[in-house]
Amino acid sequence: MPDLGLEVLFKGKNMVRLLGGLWVALKISLLAVAISFPLGILLGALMTSKNPVVKGILRVYLEFVRIMPQLVLLFLIYFGSTKAFGWDLSGETAAVIVFVLWGTAEMSDLVRGALISIPIHQYESSEALGLSRAQTYLYIIIPQTVRRLVPLSINLITRMIKTTSLVLMIGVVEVLKVAQQIIEANRMASPNAAFGIYLTVFVLYFIACFPISMLSKHLERKWR
Amino acid sequence: MYEKAAWLTVRIGLIGIFLSIILGFFCAAILYYKVPVLKRIVTAYIELSRNTPLLVQLFFIYYGLPKVGIKTDAATCGMIGLAFLGGSYMAEAFRSGLEAIDSIQTESALSLGMSKYQVMRYVVLPQAISISIPAFMANVIFLMKETSVFSAISLMDLMFTAKDLIGLYYKTTESLFLLVIFYLLILLPISILGSLLERRLRHAGFGS
Repeated sequence: MPDLGLEVLFKGKNMVRLLGGLWVALKISLLAVAISFPLGILLGALMTSKNPVVKGILRVYLEFVRIMPQLVLLFLIYFGSTKAFGWDLSGETAAVIVFVLWGTAEMSDLVRGALISIPIHQYESSEALGLSRAQTYLYIIIPQTVRRLVPLSINLITRMIKTTSLVLMIGVVEVLKVAQQIIEANRMASPNAAFGIYLTVFVLYFIACFPISMLSKHLERKWR
Repeated sequence: MYEKAAWLTVRIGLIGIFLSIILGFFCAAILYYKVPVLKRIVTAYIELSRNTPLLVQLFFIYYGLPKVGIKTDAATCGMIGLAFLGGSYMAEAFRSGLEAIDSIQTESALSLGMSKYQVMRYVVLPQAISISIPAFMANVIFLMKETSVFSAISLMDLMFTAKDLIGLYYKTTESLFLLVIFYLLILLPISILGSLLERRLRHAGFGS
């Protein structure tokens, strides 16, 4: 049986270090989620407004952020903005900024989609029933929107967690970087460590994302 | 330099997407026809590839697998990685298209005396494809964007070139500007094509 290099995992604190790396990745994504979801909801609501200027600006922002690969955005903020404005950003801050920008764009698009999907007769019927505007939104529109929105936004969280693996490229020490370090350190003792360690990272990401995407699927089925 | 890198990005992206479409199509067919054992494998594969980042998959294929005797060069590894990731997304898109077709359609077609093949060819597939086009195009854009990750396994793509130039000449602003322009050149046409296709195929939908 070939040596799979799994024993490196149990050497010293390697497993704990890997988990610490995963925590860095999760921290960035959770922070970004916490900031970008409220912002996204706000922007999404604004996108449905009739004002052409607001709509135009938002649309350009949305299209640009969504069409650019996240890695390009990371480079733009981490290398580009620091050079252009002369400020100093740590890799983690840059990562959070990028994920907030990106998350806000994705979230606002989901909100817009959910709001548009409410047929107009819902508004009209509630008006016909004598509900005020506030009541219409509170009792009719928002509950329906939320039901459509929650599974999708949970899905977005898993996408964010998966995308945080990219912050490796701007020098943040997250799970993949830790994996590289461990492999480098054990190059002589166990040359096959790359297989075992990367396999572990693979599994770790799966463990982090799988329950969340299951929850999203479950909610989607339950509320349909 | 950018031009060459852009071609490489496009080429690997297209091959990877093509492979993932084929893979996705087979997986969707297996799920649709509920082939006994294969169905389990496909479900597991989809969950596995959808819940892990491409970068991790690439690292595993590129650095991990050679240790157990499976060697690939960077370009092949990129294509395989993209196909592995894309296959599951495509499978989901096709499957949802196929499942959206009511069973009453199949039954009526059968009762009209059509063969199973004819039902598939003339009734189910045209509708299923037009339903899955939006998800399909979104996946193509998503996969094209994901190719930016390839620079991590030292493939000379756009991202790698930009990083290289920043390192060599310290012309950060110019390199990044060109990087953005080239990605826009690649991705905007796909995005526009997508919305055109969507509008063109809308008519095939039934009752909506």
